[in-house]
Formats: sequence, C-alpha cells, structure tokens
Amino acid sequence: MQNPWIYIGLFILVGMMIPAMALMIARLIAPRKPNPIKQSTYECGIETVGDSWVQFKAQYYIFALVFLVFDVETVFLFPWAVAFDKLPLFAALEGILFILILISGLVYAWRKGALEWM
Amino acid sequence: MTFLQIIFLLFAAVILGSALMVVTTRNMIHAALWLIAALFGVAAVYALLNAGFLAVVQVVVYIGAIAILFIFAVMLTRREMRDKGPQLNKNWWMAALISVVTFGGLFGLLSNWAGFSKTAAEIPAGLDAVEQLGIALVSPDAYVLPFEVASILLLAALIGAVYVAFNKE
Amino acid sequence: MTFWTDPINFVADWLMGVFTGWGMAEGLAGVLIALIGIFALVTFAMLLDILLVWVERKVVARFQDRLGPNRVGPFGIFQPFADIVKLLIKEDITPIGADKIIYNLAPIFSLMSVLLLWAILPFAPKIFGVDLNVGLLYIVAAGAIGTLSIIMAGWASNNKYALMGAFRTVAQMISYEIPMVVALLIPTLLAGTMGVNGIVESQGIWFVVLSPLGALIFVISAIAELGRSPFDLNEAESEIVAGFHIEYTGMKFGLFYAGELLHAFTFGGFISVLFFGGYRFFGLENFGPIVAAVIFLLKALFFYWVIMWVKYTVPRVRIDHMLAFNWKFLTPLAFVLLMVTALVSKLLAGASAGWHAAGLFLANVVVGWLTIEILKAHARRQREREETPAQPAVQAAQH
Repeated sequence: MQNPWIYIGLFILVGMMIPAMALMIARLIAPRKPNPIKQSTYECGIETVGDSWVQFKAQYYIFALVFLVFDVETVFLFPWAVAFDKLPLFAALEGILFILILISGLVYAWRKGALEWM
Repeated sequence: MTFLQIIFLLFAAVILGSALMVVTTRNMIHAALWLIAALFGVAAVYALLNAGFLAVVQVVVYIGAIAILFIFAVMLTRREMRDKGPQLNKNWWMAALISVVTFGGLFGLLSNWAGFSKTAAEIPAGLDAVEQLGIALVSPDAYVLPFEVASILLLAALIGAVYVAFNKE
Repeated sequence: MTFWTDPINFVADWLMGVFTGWGMAEGLAGVLIALIGIFALVTFAMLLDILLVWVERKVVARFQDRLGPNRVGPFGIFQPFADIVKLLIKEDITPIGADKIIYNLAPIFSLMSVLLLWAILPFAPKIFGVDLNVGLLYIVAAGAIGTLSIIMAGWASNNKYALMGAFRTVAQMISYEIPMVVALLIPTLLAGTMGVNGIVESQGIWFVVLSPLGALIFVISAIAELGRSPFDLNEAESEIVAGFHIEYTGMKFGLFYAGELLHAFTFGGFISVLFFGGYRFFGLENFGPIVAAVIFLLKALFFYWVIMWVKYTVPRVRIDHMLAFNWKFLTPLAFVLLMVTALVSKLLAGASAGWHAAGLFLANVVVGWLTIEILKAHARRQREREETPAQPAVQAAQH
C-alpha cells in the first residue's frame, strides 16, 4: 500500500468497531430496568450535594502549561535525533544547547515554586 | 474522482462541520471536544498528504497538549460563568456577507493562479523526510537560528506563565 | 517465498490472486486484504486480552499468597470467559445527568487507543501491521487519545469522584509523558530512526546495555502512563472509589478493564522493542518469523510480569510526591541523560561498536552514580534541617 496512513485509518475504523460491537451485544442481552435510585450519582451511599462540576486547583493548569512547553520542545528534538548520525559535532552541540536553554526554564519554574503541589 | 479525493472531501467536511460546532455549541466542554475533532481532521489531511511527521505532531501537540490545556481552563471556571447571552447580534448578516465575499474573492484569485492547480513533485523513494528536516534544523546554512530562537521563545513562554501565576504580591 | 519465511505476504499474495481472479479491482482488493489482516490482528489482541485476565488474576494471587481462580476448567483457565458472560448480562446503568454520547464514546476510545498501538508492533522481521517512519511519536499520539478518553469519561459521568479521578490521571499522564518521550529519544538517537522495525534491526547490542538508565526511566514512566500502582492515584479505591470509571457498569467497565490490561501488555512489548532487542534473542530469531514472533511475545509477557510485580509490591504514592518525583527527579535526569548520550555517542562516533557501547555504558554508570550521590546529599540536608529545630524544643521541655 502506497500510503501507510490509509492502513492506520482502516485500523482506527476497526478499532472503534470492535468495542462498539461489544457494547451492542451487551445492549441486546443485558436487562434494562432503570429507576431513579439506581441511576442516582454514586457517592458511597450519601446523597450528593451541589454541582458535580467542582472547582479545581489552578495548579493543574500550571502543570499543563509546563508540560505543553516541554512537549513542543521534544517534538523539535525528534528530527534532530533521527538525523544524529549524519550531523557534525557542532550540530549535535546545537541540539544540546536547545535542551540547556529549556532546562533553565525548568530551573526557573522550580525556584519560583511552580512545581510544588500546594 | 479518485478514492483519495473522496476521503479528502470527507475530512474537509468533518473539519468544517466541527469548526462550526465549536462556535455554535453552548456547552464549553462540547466546544472543546468539537475542536479536537476539527484538529484530528487536520491531522488526517496531513496524513493523506503523506506528511506523517506533521500528522503525529498535530495529534501529540494539539490534541495531547493544547486541547487538554483548554479543557483544564474550562474546568477552572464555574458553571455560573457560562455565556447565556444571544449568539447572534443584529449585524450578523453583514458578517456573513463579508465572509462570503472574502471567500469568493480568494477562490477567484486562487483558481486563476497557476500554482494552485499544479501537482506537487513526487517524493523520491528512499528519502527520509524526517531526517532531512533534522539536518536542516541544525545546519548553519538552513534553520539553525530559528531552531535556537524557538527554544528561547518556549523559554519565554514558560517564564511568562510561571511569573503570571506566581507573582501575586 | 514460502509460508515459513514470510507468512503475512504469502497469505496476502494468495488472497490477492483469489480476489483479482474474481474480477475485483486491485486497489479494492488491497484494501480488503488490509481489512482482513487488521481484523485478524485485533482479534488476536482481544483473545490475548482474555488470556491476560487469567494471567493477571493468577499472578496477583501468587503474590498475595492465594491460589487465584481454580474452579472453572483446568487451573481456572476458563474463568475469564465466565467473567465476560457476567459483564455481558450485567445491567447497564447510565447515571442521571450523564452526557450520554460522550459517556458511551469514552470506553470505545479507551480501548481503541490501545488497539491502535498494535498497528505498529513488530512481532517478527516480516510480521507487523505497518512500518511507520514516525513510529515512536505515533505511540505518544495514541497515548494522547487515551488521555482524551479518560477526560471524556470523567466529565460525562456527572460524578465528583469521576471528575477528580480524571483530573488526577490526566495530570499524571501528561507529566510522565515528558520523561517517557525523552527516554524514547535515546533509542531514536542511537538507531537513527523513529520506526520501531528499524530500532529492532539496529540492536546488534541491545540498547539496555548502551543506556540502562534510559531503559529504567522508560519503564518507570510507562508504568505511570498506564496508571498502575504505585501510580494508581486515578483509581485510589480508598480516596475516590474507582476514579474516572466509577459510574460505568457491565460491558462499558469491561472495555476500560480490557484496555488497561492490554495497554500494560503492549507497553511490555514496547519495552522489549526499544531496549531489549524486540524479537532478537542471540541469533534464535534467524530460525524464521514464527520463532521470532514467539520470542517477542515471551519477552512482552516477561515485561508485563515485571509491571505486575511492581504493581503488587509497591504501595500507592501521594499526588504531591508523584508530581515532585516526575518534575524534580525524572525529567531533569532524563534530559541530562539525553545530553550525555548525545555527547558521548558523537565523540565516540569513529570508534568500533564495542568501544562505543562500553563508553555509553560507562557514561550511564557515571550519571547514575552522580544522581545517587546528589540524592544522598539532599537527603542528608533534609534530615539535618528536620533535626535542628527539634533540639531547642526538647531543651525547653526539660527546664
């Protein structure tokens, strides 16, 4: 096959179909007798209070931001790593400089306390 | 019409439809999920163009990181902060007109441009595009400066985010 | 070409002959053959998954000094089939206020994200789904879909525990993705390719020798990505009951469970592919693709067992410890290791393969030793800081 991504596309289709089929079979076989008590939100037997959309710590967002920066960085590093054998020494050092600049960012976040879970 | 063109049209429709849902749905999580569908459609278009690296990067960075960031941001807000106002104001027809005219103008311009209907050169067999990209990124007569500047830019983004979040006083 | 040297292409060519003999267009026949292959591969994965349920239950029983399932069939081997029947006939309950479409899509996506990994798993030199030249990033991309399914499940269940579990999981998965991706960069750099087949082929010397620390970092972050103990805060029975899949019943829960087990096994496979030579085993793989595939599956099973061993031995970590361990230890160590590997590998580029490997191994030992020394010094400082203010308090009490 010329484009391997067509294979991946077919794989996605089959990969979704098999679990969907399992759910379909369960839907045909399994009993369904819903009632309000059965369908109530499970909170260890206690009546649920308030909205399930609880407020989250802003910390989660900070970690997601730090993650985003490093994720983009590693994406840049992959082509560098693939071509590594064919690069001269100074080109390898440029990649290391790239990492060092970003590590200084990690150090800054660390010193500022952004990596503490409060 | 070839098989690939049909698939392309399918994904183009998915992208446009999901993008429309992003701006029209009122539920913010649904909007984020529709955005993910649109981004996935873009990744599929890259894959159809045989640009495998860009396709996976699209999924890893946009769906794996940026969409997650959006969902976290939505979760940090409260349900009361949801937008309850009308989605259209009285000038909606003006905006619609301008966009249709712009689209028509661009379409007319591009269909007359020779480069638009030219098919791209065949990729020679055995060429590893990722490796070529890697060599170009750190080669001094190609993109080494943008490469290092990208690192500085990412550093600035990180420092900025941490500074904004932690300098309350 | 016979069946024994190249089974997949042999069958594919035969099918191609049959289909074109029926007057089918070649392109359509190719797609049909690919579909048949995918169905076979996915069915194999699901059958293996059923076996894994039994393996998991049997092994955990042994770790906990029990017998495990032993009633249904010899050694209880038919227990998982009984489990499936139970899951199928359980009532499917959708909680009030659930976002129905997203709620139902989440388990499907969860299992799909794992099955997608099987598309590139190299079982043997010529037995694999497809050879992507961006294989390693594809693994990360499939993981991103898994993360998405967890967020969808947590949000759509309309349950506080589910949402908290989902948030914890996602924070953990995205955090540990960084050391994992950096650990993936090391085999990429050593092999000069991102394709998993190319990585296996270039492992004349297993990469675990060239980068033992890289292998360790990959195993730890893979366990965290899987959300298995000691990183199972997403499920944490004693805190948030079951986490993101708390409201799921019957087959929908079954899909999450099947996905988790298969994910662990698949990552066992990737550990062996990236650092332990994949299907290579001291020349034994030359006896043919079937033997190579058996070697690969045994290796994957071994690393699956290692993951289970860790799971049932180490207690759960706290969320602040989990994040601190990643961002203050694993991530910096992974980056330092990547830089050292790149530098040493480039400096020894002219040397023979043996010296190259020895140099890299030595560099890893030095980095590991320095890490331990820094950790020791840090722990000593921490102890002194905790002991010093305590002394005046004791004196004050004596007076």
